[in-house]
Amino acid sequence: MTIALRADAVTRRFGALTAVDTVSLSMEDRRIHAVIGTNGAGKSTLINLLSGELPLSAGRVTLHGEDITAWSQPRRAGAGLNRSYQRNNVFLPLSVRENCRLAAQARQPRAWRFWEAAQACRASQSAADDAMERAGLAEHAQRPAASLSHGQKRQLEVAMCLATAPKVLLLDEPLAGMGAEESARMLELMRRLRQDHAILLVEHDMDAVFAVADAITVMVNGSVLATGAPADVRANPDVQAAYLGGH
Amino acid sequence: MASLSSLRGWAVAFALLATLPWLPAPIGTPYHLELATQVLTMAIFALSLQLLVGITGLVSLGHAAFYGAAAYAVTALAPQGEAGNGWGLLLAAVGSAALLALVIGALVMRTQAVYFIMVTLAFAQLVYFVAHDSPWFGGSDGAYLYFKPAFSIGGQLLFDLDRPAVFYGFTLGCTAFTVAVLTLVLRSRFGHALVGIRHNEQRMRAAGFSTQGYKLAAFVLAGALAGLAGFLYATRSGYVNPEILSWHQSGNALVMIILGGLGSLPGAAIGAAAFVLLAEAFQAMTSHWQLLLGGFIIAIVALLPRGLVGLPALLTPARRRAPSAEAAPAAQPREVLP
Repeated sequence: MTIALRADAVTRRFGALTAVDTVSLSMEDRRIHAVIGTNGAGKSTLINLLSGELPLSAGRVTLHGEDITAWSQPRRAGAGLNRSYQRNNVFLPLSVRENCRLAAQARQPRAWRFWEAAQACRASQSAADDAMERAGLAEHAQRPAASLSHGQKRQLEVAMCLATAPKVLLLDEPLAGMGAEESARMLELMRRLRQDHAILLVEHDMDAVFAVADAITVMVNGSVLATGAPADVRANPDVQAAYLGGH
Repeated sequence: MASLSSLRGWAVAFALLATLPWLPAPIGTPYHLELATQVLTMAIFALSLQLLVGITGLVSLGHAAFYGAAAYAVTALAPQGEAGNGWGLLLAAVGSAALLALVIGALVMRTQAVYFIMVTLAFAQLVYFVAHDSPWFGGSDGAYLYFKPAFSIGGQLLFDLDRPAVFYGFTLGCTAFTVAVLTLVLRSRFGHALVGIRHNEQRMRAAGFSTQGYKLAAFVLAGALAGLAGFLYATRSGYVNPEILSWHQSGNALVMIILGGLGSLPGAAIGAAAFVLLAEAFQAMTSHWQLLLGGFIIAIVALLPRGLVGLPALLTPARRRAPSAEAAPAAQPREVLP
């Protein structure tokens, strides 16, 4: 099994607070690696560190064996490492298709050719159409993002990630605030995406996590409490005491 | 598409403007040509700022630095005793504005929001005082351009800028060039990325856009086009002084695009025309003309949140407007990229 993304002793301090403390994990290709933990455990900060949105205080991040610790977020995205956001973070006044096309455009060369119409860029159009199709938003392509339901906006978050043709996906609570039906559809999408992506899934919904995850890392107060296969993590007495409770 | 109807609008506007020198006496006088040339020069300046403020979301309060730098470049580089080479001076003026924008842009681009406003203002003030305090640029007295630059090919003079109608035509051509460049930019992937940066820069970076590079490119292009306006100002008036570098000049351009409509190219041109023409009209009426102009601006901003370009939509009865298919909340404006 090949390692897609690897974090070695990744640490982030905010003043006296260590939000992420020497966290190490390995994401494998075609696997869903879930990160669970209570609020404030450092899960979102971990995604910010891996995606390059925040610089590391210490540690190392490698993508397919290459050290990307010093890379900017756009450079990481260009290398196929992309993330979605916990809170909806889309272009509200633009249509669903324009949201996806704008994201897809990031991967197209010769962007400085100002005399070429953006709408004539076939590669961005088809990447956007493909992403909407996969995320189940094709029928809403023309609607402004602002008019979508909450669940549809979560789908759009993922669609915009897919439009950039990522190899490694960092999904920050994609199920947050979703109804049962929408959650089921999103989980189905994740199972399909697993076939050709490495996925890091930060999620609070334990049923969902244990339903799709191939590996689970449990974080408490910024540190890793346990990591392993779902059955092992569930049976771990430390995890039960600290987090899962009576689950 | 919307872009086709806006192209038609520009074509009609430029065709009408082109007839001005041939109009009969009460309108087509040298005074009116001079005033119209002034309007068009300010329109180019406002259009260049629109790319930064209305499109990219970078509110600059230092745009006069590039306008003034180009104007000063003309007077500093033109020969004293004869007409300078128009092509060379135009290139030098626009080039120095673009170079200055590259240097300032590289230094200010890391700041955000209100800090960006303050830092652009600070750099513009720096440029202002360099011109104001150094004798080489003429100090507070300014500097003169004694001969209008000559645009010739193979020793043959193409047009004589000393004639007001010719200068007006030349300015109209420069305005059309500016509109064409910006229209192309807005429908390109580059322009769409700038709109994306205005809406949500963080998301653009997450998608893989090096937003700093995009913003700097927009800053340099806007600076270069402001330089074109500065070149026209210096050659028309034959005189530059530090006032054209002052923060009032930057502020006026901001008022023009807010007056016309933020984010709209026609808005920038209409705002510039309204500003220059109203200032002229109010000055003829009273010495307290700035009070009248200020009142007008406040009234427009209060009554027309989308600026003067929002006026037709406001006047069209609601039933004649195309019914919207979706029940999108009115508070969420819809934006269609060209």
